[in-house]
Amino acid sequence: MAKITFINHDGTERTLEAKNGMSVMEVAVNNSVPGIDADCGGACACATCHVYVDPAFLAQAGEQQEMEKSMLDFAENVKPNSRLSCQIKVTDALDGLRVTTPESQH
Amino acid sequence: MPAGEAQSIVIVGAGQAAAQAVQSLRQGGYTGAMTLVGDEAALPYQRPPLSKGYMKGEVDEERLYFKPSAWYEDQKIELLLGTHVPKIDRANRQVQLGHGGHLPYDCLILATGSRPRRLNVRGADLGSVHDLRTLADVERLSPKMVAGRRIVIIGAGYIGLEAAAVARQMGLEVTVIEMEPRVLARVTSPVLSEFYAGEHARRGVKILTGVQLSHLDGVDGEVSAAVLADGTRLPTDMVLSGIGILPNEELAKEAGIACSNGVLVDRDARTSDPHVFAAGDCTSRPLIHFGRSGRLESVHNAIEQGKLAAAAILGQTRPSEDCPWFWSDQYDLKLQIAGLSQGYDTHVIRGDPATRKFAVFYLKNATLIAVDAVNSPPEFLATKKLIISGAKLAPQTLSDTSTPMKEIAAQAAA
Repeated sequence: MAKITFINHDGTERTLEAKNGMSVMEVAVNNSVPGIDADCGGACACATCHVYVDPAFLAQAGEQQEMEKSMLDFAENVKPNSRLSCQIKVTDALDGLRVTTPESQH
Repeated sequence: MPAGEAQSIVIVGAGQAAAQAVQSLRQGGYTGAMTLVGDEAALPYQRPPLSKGYMKGEVDEERLYFKPSAWYEDQKIELLLGTHVPKIDRANRQVQLGHGGHLPYDCLILATGSRPRRLNVRGADLGSVHDLRTLADVERLSPKMVAGRRIVIIGAGYIGLEAAAVARQMGLEVTVIEMEPRVLARVTSPVLSEFYAGEHARRGVKILTGVQLSHLDGVDGEVSAAVLADGTRLPTDMVLSGIGILPNEELAKEAGIACSNGVLVDRDARTSDPHVFAAGDCTSRPLIHFGRSGRLESVHNAIEQGKLAAAAILGQTRPSEDCPWFWSDQYDLKLQIAGLSQGYDTHVIRGDPATRKFAVFYLKNATLIAVDAVNSPPEFLATKKLIISGAKLAPQTLSDTSTPMKEIAAQAAA
């Protein structure tokens, strides 16, 4: 289990309980966190679940695979802490994670 | 009824388009009554994993749901699952429910989806002859998918080939039979067909193209062999049919709503009845980037038309219409498709298929109309944008791998 805080681009925050094994995207979608579309449902096929991960958690969020890297290369407003949230698996190590959603996924 | 004044919305169907429509309606500020009627028992769920991770047993059913059941309660969306709608009474603006009773509506959204085309041969009704469309289909099939058993898959389209990949990875002996001279003949170019046929063959899938199924033989009511028109017998423990889907348009058609290979809708997902919208696989829609109409069988289409219908009902600005896109996962190959390649006059290969990372672009009158990108997200994402902008590109620019795709896209857009 991990507590994850989602921060909307306008600064609104919501902290949610996340089960291990789910993706950060699934936690967001199940709880209607705005700003994450996740059109493909987590297949790493659409690049519409882009988030910014608290830099302190980048290592715990796991390594980026080649697919994710090249998908993100085409997302808007990419930063060094950009990730596709469907590719981040919830583990105990992510307890306290803060992620910020971008203004738009397109 | 003027847009934005609906107080009671009924959605028939509970797939991707329906799930999107109810979400977009609530997000868009709709506070009136909303009822979602679906004939399957499960909560609205994603279908793509059925022929991929879910079939392999890697994903729980619960993770297929778009939203947990509490969400529907919280959003005051009434779910009538396991409920069939036999008839629409447009004159009185109500839908009939299979178990009796009626539901009145101000606005109706038809998201009835599609159904597998049935095998039309002797033996098609034998046991262990399967379709792959619903959770129930997978529940029937997956317990039989045990290493060492034999499966014959009829049809080498995306569903057939995705299932072949899963079955092979689970250790089954897999034979795929296809009427056309090559796999994926209906949906892509010979370059891709050859690549995928090779990948499957390399992993031990037996692919027979240009063959006709004659009938299925059975023993004690269970299928025992697929027999081809030339007399070849393929002994098997199960058969999976993947020979295409048909739009569920009958409900609309019988109510007098215009249909032609799908429920006809305009850019706002509105049917010939201004109170009735349609979204997803069941529709035939304007394809604005291609100057024609047609059916799209895809997640993108379901999501987009769900949003379009919601916006039109609420009288809001039409959301942007994306370039059609699709994906297919087979083994460790991710195929991402943007656009519609039908009618292309030139194709350009970027990269080397032997590296299992390449893209095939399709052009018509020098305009980019589609890409099949294998393990190549940049080519896919760039093409989506380039199609929307109607970019013209020289074949040698697209095939030049020394220039990154991002740069090619930026130059074309300039």
